[in-house]
Amino acid sequence: MTESMDTATKAKLLRTLLDGGMPDEHGRFGPFGGRYIPETLVPAFERLTEAVRTTLHEASFQAELNAELADWAGRPTALSPMRNLSRRWGAEVWFKREDLAHTGAHKINNALGQALLAKRMGATRVIAETGAGQHGVATAAACARVGLPCVVYMGEVDMARQSPNVGRMRLMGATVVPVTSGDRTLRAAIDEAFRDWVSDPTGTFYCLGSALGPHPYPYLVRELQSIIGREARAQMLAKAGALPDCVIACVGGGSNAIGTFHAFLGDPSVQIIGVEAGGRGPGLGDNAATLTTGRPGVLHGTYTLLLQDAEGQVQETHSVSAGLDYPGVGPEHALLREIGRVEYRMACDDEVLEAVKECSTYEGVLPAIESAHALVGARDWARQNPGKRILVGMSGRGDKDMPTLQTTLLANNGVLS
Amino acid sequence: MSQTPADRLTQAIRDVRRDRVALVAFLTAGFPSMTKFRDDLTTVAEHADVVEIGVPFTDPMADGVTIQRSSMGALSQGVSLHWIIRELAAMPPVKVPLVLMSYFNPLLAYGLDKLAADAALVGVTGFIVPDLPLEESAVFEAELARYGVALVRMVTPVTPEERLHKLCNGAQGFVYAVTMTGTTGKSVEGTAKDLSAEVGTYLDRVRALSPVPVCAGFGIRGPAQVRLLDPHADGVIVGSALVETLERGESVAALLDSLRTGVA
Repeated sequence: MTESMDTATKAKLLRTLLDGGMPDEHGRFGPFGGRYIPETLVPAFERLTEAVRTTLHEASFQAELNAELADWAGRPTALSPMRNLSRRWGAEVWFKREDLAHTGAHKINNALGQALLAKRMGATRVIAETGAGQHGVATAAACARVGLPCVVYMGEVDMARQSPNVGRMRLMGATVVPVTSGDRTLRAAIDEAFRDWVSDPTGTFYCLGSALGPHPYPYLVRELQSIIGREARAQMLAKAGALPDCVIACVGGGSNAIGTFHAFLGDPSVQIIGVEAGGRGPGLGDNAATLTTGRPGVLHGTYTLLLQDAEGQVQETHSVSAGLDYPGVGPEHALLREIGRVEYRMACDDEVLEAVKECSTYEGVLPAIESAHALVGARDWARQNPGKRILVGMSGRGDKDMPTLQTTLLANNGVLS
Repeated sequence: MSQTPADRLTQAIRDVRRDRVALVAFLTAGFPSMTKFRDDLTTVAEHADVVEIGVPFTDPMADGVTIQRSSMGALSQGVSLHWIIRELAAMPPVKVPLVLMSYFNPLLAYGLDKLAADAALVGVTGFIVPDLPLEESAVFEAELARYGVALVRMVTPVTPEERLHKLCNGAQGFVYAVTMTGTTGKSVEGTAKDLSAEVGTYLDRVRALSPVPVCAGFGIRGPAQVRLLDPHADGVIVGSALVETLERGESVAALLDSLRTGVA
């Protein structure tokens, strides 16, 4: 259905998006999105959609959210000029520092917003899924702050490679449930969270961590994360006196990227690039590069691009970063790719780890392995566009990745290779 | 006017209901064994009134541990929707109506128009798609309608009154009444008096609105539950309990006959 889209249709879809017409009332971003859910969850989704419609942009909710974002979560986050990387790469490099946000990543913007919404809706408990553990930690923290019990589903593979985050969640009072079904990573954790919700659709609030899933999540998460791009755009104009020539961010489910990109979509001079997990290479099962290599289908309640075989079975993914290790992607990214407004590339595990090392060594910033995917793309862009200005979404810090880094970059007797 | 596949499904349940509650039996295609699928299907069809064939999917989000396990087991042997259609085409026609149950993505991958045609040809009378609510179902329903195949609608205990009317209005084949919130495979606590009254009231409400038979599914594991539901439903759907019986290599006939007669 999507191959036949002509230039005029693409332009019209972009116009609708910029005018705030997406998603439409069915949760569609052009052909993508929607709400493919079990009948048991339909009333819960109706309630959530209604709460989002009436509450999210309402003045007292926004005032409460913004106060908490400032006083508790540490916003606005800094916009940093990265002088050493600029010199090395030959372009002007800026980081939007979501790694400085409370709990260490952009995830807190969404988790806090949803926890406050859950409280307003009278939920008795909050559930969440997590991959890298950042959304789990953010949700645990937000629930502790607003006073709601929190249960986090996490694949046992991820629990092993992100063990510091498991401890953090538990310290903040959350129950962490190991997921042993399916591929035992993020995708299985989402399956399990949905199964929990189906069992208690009335009292439970599902705090979904990325801009994916059934409507209204892709919209809700985008709205809560768009603060990244709004702040960055204003900071850029104030500090550099101009917009960036390029904005770049990593894409797994796509919440940090959509939040970073949204404020720039209407700036035609700004090139926008998303970088996916290229894993070991381009073969099916070797990466998590959904936008670059996927085909349309339905997973976790939304019609989007998926890594799947010819029979519609969803494929296992591989990435060194747990947070990008997901076979689908938010439906709005599928549209942005389709209409050509955003270009999506991939970065492979090896070059990503090199980027972690380079950024740490030359800028004193240890990036999350997820965020380092954007660094690979930024370096390549910078070398092709000398003297130009690039804004990198530094979505999170790499402290949580120490177990992985110990066995990769820090292997060989603890000496950087 | 000749009888459509959907009508045949409706009629089969109605015919049985004159004597007793109809038994709809679910098995995952190719589980526990691909080579035994035809035999398993034949045996199940001899002891049930409708057979629901599960198309395995990697992410069965409405299913409990048993169906998750059977789905993975089937997929690891190479079961696919194409294989299921080929098997049905190759074996002697099953005497009772067949229904395919699948998550939406394998159906999309097959191609909805081609699937409707192929499924009708091999005797499929209806589809159950647990992640395809009414709002997203128009395209597939229209494809199936060209061949008179039913898209079975699901209702649940938390479905609001207004929506229940909308779902029952225009329902085809039968209405799948989910007995409880949660995933498949748990047990309806038929011993708790208040809960049994609740399930009964809910099913009576659905039955009063539905133009087609109402079959109760989720959590039906033994004759006690069938007796509990008998006064309130046209059919009962057994899934996880049958899959577990097949998995253990025990007698399918014994389980299904006990469910059919309501006697252990």
